[in-house]
Amino acid sequence: MAKNLPPVWNKIAKHAMMPETNHDERARYNFLASLNKHLAHVSQGNKMAYEKRVEPAFKAKNGRNIASVEELQEAISKDSHYQIWSSLRRSTMEMRQQAGRSIVLRQAEELRDKAEGFNKGKSTLVLDPNCKVPEYLLAVDNHLMPGSYHTELIEGDVTPAANYDSGIFVTTAGLLGRYNDGGGKAITSWVKKTYPDFAPKRILDIGCGMGHNVLPIARAFPNAEVIAIDTGAPMLRYAHARALDLGVTNVTFMQMDAAKTIFENESFDWVQSTMFFHETGGKSIYKIMNEVYRLLKPGGLTLHIEQPQYTNDMTLFEKFIRDWDALNNSEPYWSKMHDIEPIDLMQASGFRKEDFMQIGAKAENDLDDGTQKAEEPEDHGRSPIWNVFGAIKN
Amino acid sequence: MIDHIKLASSKSKGKRPYFHEDPAVERVLNITMAIAGELAVMRERMDTMERLLEKKGLVSQEEIDAYVPETKEEETQRQEWHSEYISRVLRIVQQEMEELENPDKSIADIANDIDKM
Repeated sequence: MAKNLPPVWNKIAKHAMMPETNHDERARYNFLASLNKHLAHVSQGNKMAYEKRVEPAFKAKNGRNIASVEELQEAISKDSHYQIWSSLRRSTMEMRQQAGRSIVLRQAEELRDKAEGFNKGKSTLVLDPNCKVPEYLLAVDNHLMPGSYHTELIEGDVTPAANYDSGIFVTTAGLLGRYNDGGGKAITSWVKKTYPDFAPKRILDIGCGMGHNVLPIARAFPNAEVIAIDTGAPMLRYAHARALDLGVTNVTFMQMDAAKTIFENESFDWVQSTMFFHETGGKSIYKIMNEVYRLLKPGGLTLHIEQPQYTNDMTLFEKFIRDWDALNNSEPYWSKMHDIEPIDLMQASGFRKEDFMQIGAKAENDLDDGTQKAEEPEDHGRSPIWNVFGAIKN
Repeated sequence: MIDHIKLASSKSKGKRPYFHEDPAVERVLNITMAIAGELAVMRERMDTMERLLEKKGLVSQEEIDAYVPETKEEETQRQEWHSEYISRVLRIVQQEMEELENPDKSIADIANDIDKM
């Protein structure tokens, strides 16, 4: 039997907001998930090509080793394996966006109407037409998603979120679980296990997107008031409707910039973000962390799930290949963010060094039927293996 | 109504990276991969049809897998289909070979020739 086949798309959980898909649309997602997985394996050839061809050729020509990521980039960009792998990978991501958008845009109005059915008159969805989309989000369409999180093609649009929800399965080859919430589940389990007496009354999730990672937290603390913020109205409309359909009623979704929220000082017991900071900007990241510090009660907990850190013992090649997605799958700030030590970021906002923590986390995947256990290369930028950093405010 | 077909294929912000010296390689590769995808989609649809036919007791997958052409005519029809299909897909290679065999003038040159005819 072939090893580690991605699950078929139809395994993902259905809920009222999930776009309708026909046979061919599901098949297209299945093809793309498999193609992504295939390319993760072929990616090993890049390292081989680098070690066997690129590096020796550079050394022969220059009489020294490659000394920087920039030199490596320049040298490897002429290697034929790297070229074909890169162009296939880029093409796959573009096809994933095309496939998702072709599903959701044909039913944009139906999806909008469904969301409105859930959202109308509810106090738990608070949109703010004066909320400005931050410059860093306007500058790029993260992970090649045309129009990013905020663009509305019709009034009341929810298609950016519907595209994200239905298609993240392709990018991760199904490793985030049936509800794409493997990150939220992992952090919830860790918090419950590490702080069994922790009983947060008020929880804030920043950059919540379509709300997939905040729901496990809200479920785990049903008596807590949970607030999830994002600047993208389409994401919030979808997130709110999705949450209600899934029976989660203790989350209020609010349109707000995490760098300048309206909340009072020391008003939250837990401030969480999941895969958020690497899609912000060089100045905003500090402003947002300042805000996290301001909002936390003394003794409050903050945790941030992020891409793996770069470490000093990483080879140039590893740093380079980890940056591939940042630059070629359009998540550009990620290529800068790894130069910031999380501990420095947090200390700059007032957290104490001795209160800083950093742990590894792996998605909890309810789609895992035991057939995904074979040894696999890490799919850099895709594997749900993360760095979590945070602190308790004292 | 939005133009959902055109919008589905929209470009994202930021200059697109090209990885081959000649961008034409990248262009052709992208078109080829899209077709590879559609072939996979078609294969999945066929698979569904076969399984439904089997469930309804009309044809079994074993029958399909075991099927071989039974008459000379059926054999010929199949092989002709393959031959034509391959020729269609690899058209440009054949044409490049023909050009190599019989080096041609450019159409602009031919226009000049014709102008004198």
